[in-house]
Amino acid sequence: MSYTEFLAEYGPRFLDGLQVTAIQFLLAAVLAVMVSLVMGLGKLSSNPALRWPAVAYIEFFRGSSLLVQLFLLFYVLPLFGLTFDKYVTGFLALGLNLGAYGAELVRGGIQAVPRGQWEAAYSLSMSPAKRMWRIILPQALLNMLPPWGNLIIELLKGTALVALIAVPDLMFEARQINGSTFLSAQSFGTALIMYFVFARFIVTPFMRWLERFMTRKLGRA
Amino acid sequence: MEWNWEFTWEIMPRMLVATGNTLIAAGLGYSIAIVLGLFLALAQRTPISLLTLIVREFVEFIRSTPLVLQIFFVYYVGPQYGIDLSPWVAGMIAIGLHYSAYLSEVYRGGIESVPVGQWEACRSLSLSTSDTYFRIIIPQALPPSVAGMGNYLVGIFKDTPMLSVIGVAELMHAANAIGGQHYRYLEPYTIVGVIFLLISLPSAGVIRVFETWVRRKLGMI
Repeated sequence: MSYTEFLAEYGPRFLDGLQVTAIQFLLAAVLAVMVSLVMGLGKLSSNPALRWPAVAYIEFFRGSSLLVQLFLLFYVLPLFGLTFDKYVTGFLALGLNLGAYGAELVRGGIQAVPRGQWEAAYSLSMSPAKRMWRIILPQALLNMLPPWGNLIIELLKGTALVALIAVPDLMFEARQINGSTFLSAQSFGTALIMYFVFARFIVTPFMRWLERFMTRKLGRA
Repeated sequence: MEWNWEFTWEIMPRMLVATGNTLIAAGLGYSIAIVLGLFLALAQRTPISLLTLIVREFVEFIRSTPLVLQIFFVYYVGPQYGIDLSPWVAGMIAIGLHYSAYLSEVYRGGIESVPVGQWEACRSLSLSTSDTYFRIIIPQALPPSVAGMGNYLVGIFKDTPMLSVIGVAELMHAANAIGGQHYRYLEPYTIVGVIFLLISLPSAGVIRVFETWVRRKLGMI
């Protein structure tokens, strides 16, 4: 079977898989951003009741593997009566895990905002919430966007693990096709190239655009 | 479901043996990555621009595709062309190659952080290329690289569970096997999570200490 015939026959299945991967990726990214904001701000809080849970969360999720966390959510939570659909378990584990890494980026980004900005917001007697939302966070966002670009690629790579709990993503389809055709180079190679194209020509350019957009928005272009 | 201590102690010896295998896998993979990564970094500094371009794209490709897919690729593609690799060999190649791409970026950053004056001084003393690298540049490139190298050592350790997909007998593989035999997943997966936390959290601290030690040893503090 030539490679063109292989693509003609199995191409649609790879694309179906890619679609599932893209949806898992987007949902996990949204969750990771929300988790990292909450936990990153929590870790910076002066209130120990907010700080310690955030520290514990970050250390737990950064200290063990994504695969272990995925299996814990998938196999262990149902024993306590919490059963999620496998699709939900997939992006939940990803978002919770990468959110912990993101929280550290949020913390670093906020700490890199010059002190003068905090003082200026104080002297304008802004409320703490307004100060954070209008003054600090936009500048922190600009600081942390470049490392977020790397983290988002890590997130995309992490989505391949949801195949191991039978979510039919790109990785899952590649394994299925490999199992029925035994054409390993073609099936895994095609999937590798699709992940690469997705990362290199969609995700990375989008993050670069976001950096430029935010720079302009803050008048620093 | 109740936590069963008797079962926990029963499976503990098997889990500890598997922990040993996990550590061996991480150590071997890291040794490969440390050497191969240096080659990938140096290959990007040769005057041959085509080589630089190819290595650069190769590193980008490895870094933006999922490790678990690369493990499958290495394991299954060999036999298609008559090369049979054992799970351990395939796993070590895949994980070593994956992390060598990351480490090459760490080395590259370290080498680029050496001031231009050092290069110029080497040239004016007409040192050979190997003397320039091994006696002048690399010793100075090392301290800024230690932090990144340490992070990837912990990273490779946390990625070893992915080797279970091709049957390397590490922790995750043992947990899956025990879970399947006894229909109890709570204890094995929880133990895996705890072992990962117990190893990776202290090692992060040890790496910080080591980083300071290297800096002091080289007279940089």
